[in-house]
Amino acid sequence: MTLKRDSVAVVGAAESDLGQVAPHTSPVDLMAQATLRALDDCGLKLSDIDGVFSAATQVRTAPMTLAEYLRIKPRYFDGTAIGGSSFMSHVAHAQAAIEHGLCEVALVAYGSTQRSVSRAAASPREFNPYETPYRPFMPSSAYAMAAARHMHQYGTKREQLAEVAVAARKWALLNPKAWEKEPLTIEQVLKSRMVSYPLTVRDCCLVVDGGGAIILTSAARAKSLRKKPAYVLGVGEALSHANISSMPDLTVSAASESGPNAFGMAKLKPADVDMLSLYDAFTITPILFLEDLGFCRKGEGGPFAASGAIAPGGKLPVNTSGGGLSYCHPGMYGLLVMIEAIRQVRGECDKRQVKDCEVALAHGNGGVLSSQCTVIFGSDATL
Amino acid sequence: MPDLMKQSPYGTFLEHCKKGELAYQVSTDDGKAVFYPRVVAPGSGSTHLEWRVSKGLGTVYSTTVVYYKDEKPLNVALIDLDEGFRMMSRVEDIDSLEVKIGMRVKVRIHPGDEKQPPYPVFTPAGRGA
Repeated sequence: MTLKRDSVAVVGAAESDLGQVAPHTSPVDLMAQATLRALDDCGLKLSDIDGVFSAATQVRTAPMTLAEYLRIKPRYFDGTAIGGSSFMSHVAHAQAAIEHGLCEVALVAYGSTQRSVSRAAASPREFNPYETPYRPFMPSSAYAMAAARHMHQYGTKREQLAEVAVAARKWALLNPKAWEKEPLTIEQVLKSRMVSYPLTVRDCCLVVDGGGAIILTSAARAKSLRKKPAYVLGVGEALSHANISSMPDLTVSAASESGPNAFGMAKLKPADVDMLSLYDAFTITPILFLEDLGFCRKGEGGPFAASGAIAPGGKLPVNTSGGGLSYCHPGMYGLLVMIEAIRQVRGECDKRQVKDCEVALAHGNGGVLSSQCTVIFGSDATL
Repeated sequence: MPDLMKQSPYGTFLEHCKKGELAYQVSTDDGKAVFYPRVVAPGSGSTHLEWRVSKGLGTVYSTTVVYYKDEKPLNVALIDLDEGFRMMSRVEDIDSLEVKIGMRVKVRIHPGDEKQPPYPVFTPAGRGA
């Protein structure tokens, strides 16, 4: 049994308030706010939701807690929690549930107040007797070691990593909702406070509050709703490890499995993609994903980013929202990664809109390069 | 399969550390090294796991330096042991930034303290190691 290309669509998508929210705001407040905005986006009612998909580090039983808050009784719920890519998995699972009639209108929601309560409080690390004694600064140190290995094997330069942050900042300046409002240079990235060599604080994602929600339903029902549907053309999910010391090869992520699976289902190839939304927890991650998803050859992600290809005006727009590096990163950022891709295929991105954007790929990453999940969205033109 | 009412994989590992040894397991079905210690061999599910003591020689697979506030820069590294397993550790007796990928290293058991039981760290191996 495999999922069917364009059997379901995202019909509503919204962020909650982003940045630094009022004291005592809860992560579920943010989920609920985003849910109501996403419902308003598509014209469906709260009572239409019969499937709930959620994960959050501050809410251990997220689908249950959110259902209580909204006082809805979902027929189907899923709390798959694999870090930042959980929500791409939720889309794949929601598609399966909708295709099989287990639910008809699926809500995927997320919220975090990690800036307000501190990252340590929002997302405490699990104890691991084989890693914790060495005091890695996680997750940054894991990505730093992936970057160091990529630099060693392929000659990738810190300047090339910095180009990813600079490109993200250029996009962020076109997005009124972005946290960062000032331009950024390569030199500023390199000279920022070192966090875990070779990554400075500007190679690392933001720590802000925020959340989001998307609503999915069948393609048939999607056609009658308020906005243009963003069809789910392909999904792929893969896990390769949980702890960085168990990652088989630090230069190859399981995006090399999730990507081809998503492309296979979508019957598309990388050249068909008009924009990419790649989980940029750190500057090394878009470089790895460009390679592993097939947009450039292994080892060439650094020069590819440095060529200006991914920045405004480049040949392959990446992270047009400004990404986790400059727009918003509320802990597990995958849902917002998808929201930007959805808005691009709907043509709602104003100054940062990619021209004739019919196919957008959203790629989520979770843990320490551990979970990799890909969703390809398409407009009417792709049917 | 070990009796988990009597002994855990980490418990056995720790006993070796207390004797100054870095222990790992070998799946006797296929001869593959297993680390971290487990009750079953990953992949095969075999329960034929034997404890071995590593010779303690390895190569730095990757490395980083963590900058905690008001602390000396701290090395964290992934070490590929010659017996065919990888572990997280750190390289001591050398400036953290001088730890390089490909560097040969040798294990030493750090004594730990009241809160932290003994654990393996590494130092640069001499020439020819």
